[in-house]
Amino acid sequence: MTTYLDFEKPISELEGKIMELRHLGDGDGVNIADEVGRLQQKVDRQIKATYAKLTAWQRVQVARHPERPHAKAYIGGLIEEFTPLAGDRAFAEDAAIVGGLGRFRGRPVAVIGQEKGDDTESRLKHNFGMVKPEGYRKAQRLMRMADRFGLPVITFVDTAGAYPGVDAEERGQGEAIAGSIELCLQLKVPLISLVIGEGGSGGALAIAAANKLLMMEHAVYSVITPEGCASILWRTADKAQEAAEAMRLTSDDLRKLGVCDGVVPEPAGGAHREPGTAVRAAGDAIEAELRVLGNLDPTALREARRMKFIGIGQLGL
Amino acid sequence: MNWLTNFVRPKLRALVARKETAENLWLKCPKCEQMLFHRDLDAAQQVCSHCDHHLRIPPAGRFPHLFDEGIFERHALPKVQLDPLKFRDQKRYTDRLKEAQAKNGAGSEAMAVASGKMGGHAAVIAVSDFGFMGGSMGMAVGECLLLAANLAVERKAPMIVFPASGGARMQEGILSLMQLARTSIAVSRVKEAGLPYIVVLTDPTTGGVTASFAMLGDIHVAEPGALIGFSGQRVIQDTIRETLPPGFQSAEYQFDHGMVDTIVHRHAMRETLIRITSLLMKRPAQAAAA
Ligand SMILES: [Zn+2]
Repeated sequence: MTTYLDFEKPISELEGKIMELRHLGDGDGVNIADEVGRLQQKVDRQIKATYAKLTAWQRVQVARHPERPHAKAYIGGLIEEFTPLAGDRAFAEDAAIVGGLGRFRGRPVAVIGQEKGDDTESRLKHNFGMVKPEGYRKAQRLMRMADRFGLPVITFVDTAGAYPGVDAEERGQGEAIAGSIELCLQLKVPLISLVIGEGGSGGALAIAAANKLLMMEHAVYSVITPEGCASILWRTADKAQEAAEAMRLTSDDLRKLGVCDGVVPEPAGGAHREPGTAVRAAGDAIEAELRVLGNLDPTALREARRMKFIGIGQLGL
Repeated sequence: MNWLTNFVRPKLRALVARKETAENLWLKCPKCEQMLFHRDLDAAQQVCSHCDHHLRIPPAGRFPHLFDEGIFERHALPKVQLDPLKFRDQKRYTDRLKEAQAKNGAGSEAMAVASGKMGGHAAVIAVSDFGFMGGSMGMAVGECLLLAANLAVERKAPMIVFPASGGARMQEGILSLMQLARTSIAVSRVKEAGLPYIVVLTDPTTGGVTASFAMLGDIHVAEPGALIGFSGQRVIQDTIRETLPPGFQSAEYQFDHGMVDTIVHRHAMRETLIRITSLLMKRPAQAAAA
């Protein structure tokens, strides 16, 4: 059961017809197979055309697609011997952050990902990818350990933003995010971040102040959600589409601004149509960056990361 | 038409003018609603003489009360790219910036940096200006903190920062978010040079600044009653659909929850900062008294 986005209506109609024909097709074969083939070509063209010119708001929708591969899919596809580690050693375990040790294409690494969940049960378990202070403190714990053992850190970013709740404020959400960002910028090991869906504000940057920030083609990264921006600047969340355009949150705009260091192409129709292909492409991009960063000594790694952020703001659109 | 212009308008204008003068001379305390005489309020560093409420105060109001004999040097702000996103909501960002600068002075931004002596020793202080687009953190604020950090390291001086900000400068989009990283690099430079980094949390310290430089201090001082928090109260209420606890996100609440070291009255701020920095800089006792 595919979930179609509002702008995918022509695609859903064509694919619906194909399904119907296949259903009928069990009896007499040849003509129906031809028709299915013809329609399949048509739908492929339609998908390509639609996805070649997505608006910023449509990208936000794709980035939030419920079937989009989430952190666990990337970890499952790319990290062997994955050993999940839990807890912040102070208050609790936060399942919005999935993290641990593993092997990425042969080399031991630390992995940290924001997990949104794929169905009601897992969405609740992972708090829809909205991290609490204990989650950021757990991420800090893992980063510190990676630093101590010289392991590269790979992070998968996917959150609408840090969890806004009384309990999160009580335990210092601001301090937890600030501490994570500060620590990212102190590490003397390679830190590579990939925005796989939504990169929402400080809650995302907390694990993404990286040597290299990569983005999946249809991922978005912004200072606030378009809805949040619209309700502040336009005084109504209904203007989220306009806000999305104005905010320049797509991977190509962020690349031009020097915030994003590389874009990973997605299969036609978005990563959710061929998750395996998307995850492999992401792995190739991470491996290429890791190979280059591997040549830098620990102090140079940290300095290069800092200088990258100091330099951001010189490019415009 | 004519009688309206010539007769009613001047009368109206006179009325408006008189009202403006009155408003300039007197100000109502936002907490106890007592009328306060402007000159008294200035002399009291914008602290209400009736209820001790700490009103918001711009950088120009703070600097003279912090440095020795009120002598300090205000540093020109580094230039940043103007409107790199060509951002427009209901208004152009460039127009909003122009308005803010017309109101707050040419070359001003949401933060000001000054240096001078405190207790006889060099100190660098950066103060947010909430009156400038809500003290919002854009590229200029990032540059201010990098400048302050460089000055502190150069002069082997402590860096003291007074945030007052509603959060990120949304019109600079992702580049405002990047200031969370850039300001934390500024803080690291000071810390790695072995120098104290002191934050004085003032009303309001919320959003992006709370998720970066405002929560990275060696010591967190707060002014009484200041609003301090990360998420906005409306956002929290919309998420949890419960009423917020009393005093939520006040300086006192943050003290109780371990985010603030000490709450200090504005009139005792200079003396407290001199004492703290002297101890951290291992100076002899008499230096603190100077
Ligand atoms: Zn009062």
